[in-house]
Amino acid sequence: MDAPAPVLRMSGIGKQFPGVRALDRVDLRLLPGEVHALMGENGAGKSTLIKVLTGVHPADEGAVELDGRPVAFASPLEARQAGISTVYQEVNLCTNLSVAENILIGREPRRFGRIDWKRMRARARELLARMELDLDVSAPLSSYSLAIQQMVAIARALDVEARVLILDEPTSSLDADEVGQLFRVMRRLKEEGIAILFVTHFLDQVYEISDRMTILRNGRLVGEYLTRELSQVELVAKMIGQELEALDKLHGEARAFTRPLVEARELSRSGAIEPFSLTIHEGQVVGLAGLLGSGRTEVARLLFGADHPSGGQLAVRGEPVTLRTPRAAMNHKIAFCSENRKTDGLIEDLTVRENIVLALQATRGWTRPVPREQQDQLVAKYVKALRINPPNPEIPVRNLSGGNQQKVLLARWLILEPRLLILDEPTRGIDVGAKTEIQRLVAELSDGGVAVLFISAELEEVLRLSHKVAVLRDRRLIAELPNDDELTKEVIMETIASGGRT
Amino acid sequence: MRRLLWPILILAALLLVNVIFTPGFFSIQLREGHLYGSLIDILRFGAPLILVSLGMTLVIATGGIDLSVGSVVAIGAALACLQISQDQGVLVAVALSLGLCLLLGAWNGFLIAAVGIQPIIATLILMVTGRGLAQLITDGQIITVNEPAYKLIGGGYLLTVPFGILIVLVVLAVTAFLTRRLALGVLIESVGGNAEASRLAGIRARGIIVMVYAFAALCAGVAGLMISSNVSSADGNNAGLWIELDAILAVVIGGTSLAGGRFSLGGTVIGALIIQTLTTTIYSVGVPPETTLLFKALVVTAVCLIQSQAFRDKVFRRRGGTAPPQPVNEEKVRVST
Repeated sequence: MDAPAPVLRMSGIGKQFPGVRALDRVDLRLLPGEVHALMGENGAGKSTLIKVLTGVHPADEGAVELDGRPVAFASPLEARQAGISTVYQEVNLCTNLSVAENILIGREPRRFGRIDWKRMRARARELLARMELDLDVSAPLSSYSLAIQQMVAIARALDVEARVLILDEPTSSLDADEVGQLFRVMRRLKEEGIAILFVTHFLDQVYEISDRMTILRNGRLVGEYLTRELSQVELVAKMIGQELEALDKLHGEARAFTRPLVEARELSRSGAIEPFSLTIHEGQVVGLAGLLGSGRTEVARLLFGADHPSGGQLAVRGEPVTLRTPRAAMNHKIAFCSENRKTDGLIEDLTVRENIVLALQATRGWTRPVPREQQDQLVAKYVKALRINPPNPEIPVRNLSGGNQQKVLLARWLILEPRLLILDEPTRGIDVGAKTEIQRLVAELSDGGVAVLFISAELEEVLRLSHKVAVLRDRRLIAELPNDDELTKEVIMETIASGGRT
Repeated sequence: MRRLLWPILILAALLLVNVIFTPGFFSIQLREGHLYGSLIDILRFGAPLILVSLGMTLVIATGGIDLSVGSVVAIGAALACLQISQDQGVLVAVALSLGLCLLLGAWNGFLIAAVGIQPIIATLILMVTGRGLAQLITDGQIITVNEPAYKLIGGGYLLTVPFGILIVLVVLAVTAFLTRRLALGVLIESVGGNAEASRLAGIRARGIIVMVYAFAALCAGVAGLMISSNVSSADGNNAGLWIELDAILAVVIGGTSLAGGRFSLGGTVIGALIIQTLTTTIYSVGVPPETTLLFKALVVTAVCLIQSQAFRDKVFRRRGGTAPPQPVNEEKVRVST
């Protein structure tokens, strides 16, 4: 097929970080009017490549050409002025400002040196109309949903005459309708001849929207493919470098659970979760299913003592307990891997080793340091077991990719040998390879007698791992379903939809 | 360590400037069993600042700040001198004074960790009222004391070395032991790096914060003893005036971020020495008194800029525009529309 000349061509890009070879002679070309998916596991170098392209990091080697002319951007601003706009995974907007201000911040239309508010609102409305959105542009951005905020971010990126639009995991926090809306916008921009670089972990979305893809693995280029010529199985194999093992239900045959570990009775927290009762047995994997904001995280936080309940009782091994602090929960061997590893999990300043031993150190207090040999031993063990990459425990944890950061957080709790491990979205935003590893780990822990409370927005995953599924809706636990052959994704969705009135 | 490279270079540069103006600057002599010399003076007169800065380092590492240390210096000095002037034993006076300082620091920590007041506000309270408290203790007078044993702390010698320097070494060693050999350091860095994540990792931040502010006040108290002992008097108004600002500056020059997290004790000591050397330099270069503050400000600004990685990158990139094998700025494509 004769393709038009690429708008953008990157060739032989190399980038070295302290202790990490992030990119090794990677090529990428973007064609006008195409959606190009950038695929790869966590740590494959996708984010780094984008950062090099947009001038966040300078490249150590290689060349970038825009319309056949060599360019080197010293800052994201320069890249944007040249027509390369980026929308990042985390929405980088000011929610306290109005929609119009967010779209045109830094480029406000002026008259006599003063901001021309009328023209500014008109321009913002115009840009949103291009994306089929009709918003009150004077309303604060915080009054709109995350999906709309994402669209606003795109509108902002499009205000400059964009030739290339980079979307870095724009869909990770959107629901199906919102994703559809985003895709409509993407198709429209594509027709206008814009080259779109799309990064996501959702394979279905790649096949729905992209024309072409470039696959990276461990900082190296695997290849460039036409989406319609590469099957999903081949894609996954190329991403992880091996055949994907069949993943059926990971837990063995049905087991009888007789020894209750944690029992919540009518536990509640006003404004967060209605009274719920839930029993978790030793060795049992309990899945929590429900939509975003249905109270999944709130349940987890109550069981970990991160929040105080306003009513109800909690018992651990039959003994009534009050968990006033996370530390109290840890004394009962309860561990909690939080959903948001950046704000509630890792200390980004500290090294991988320090992050891994942090919880253990906390239980010992500052007067009894974990001996260095023991630290090194523990850390080496888990770096190996969880395949944390790069396997250098002395680099700051912020230099690791998302999936590897998640593994560091897991390691922190595993060394405490918890009896109940609460995992809140442990696989979100991480790649297939790491995902299966974490799932397998959960199954192993359960076989070893550890109870796991597994929270995930992906129902397949919940079904694959759990012995029993608790369904939440509107901050209420509406059903508890044993995971037998009859339980399917559809049953759970129906339960959520019907509110448990079956 | 690479982080300390720039502070050390700056300190060395300042010392070299002094040699140009005072040729005998580096000479150290033994006179009557005491060490003498400009370098010794810098260490001796810098001792109180180093102490206050060490305490400040830990406070800043937790993401806080302590503005009250200057007032605590005055309070510590005032109480000790009052006790001694009332014929109390020196050891009792010192113990009482340091005990009060610990208490004041713990109060700061309580306001911040338990009540939840922002550090800058909580310590501002004591910064302002502390001066008043010191005045109350001394009854508005400058108390002079004449007690050889007390004089030892700030003005005496032990084994040829000024006693103040030895105190600094002991405090530095204890701090380094607590933070780096024991696990206090990593817990402080964790709390300063991300307080909520630390709580969820099971760290009891409250205790650590109270401890850190108490420690900062204790250091300030010792500095107060040193200052008052050196001049044999306690002046509630002027003892330790603005030392908190110098201490914050020393911590920052030493490479500890005001945002909290990673800290460097070695860096702080060097930072404090840079400030003390600068004061000495002002005298040896002969800067006219009316311009000393301006001169100091300019040097400090320069030091902070040199310390900044971003600034260095910018300067080097601009100066070395032809050197690196990268496309030259002017050739960059500007896509016009």
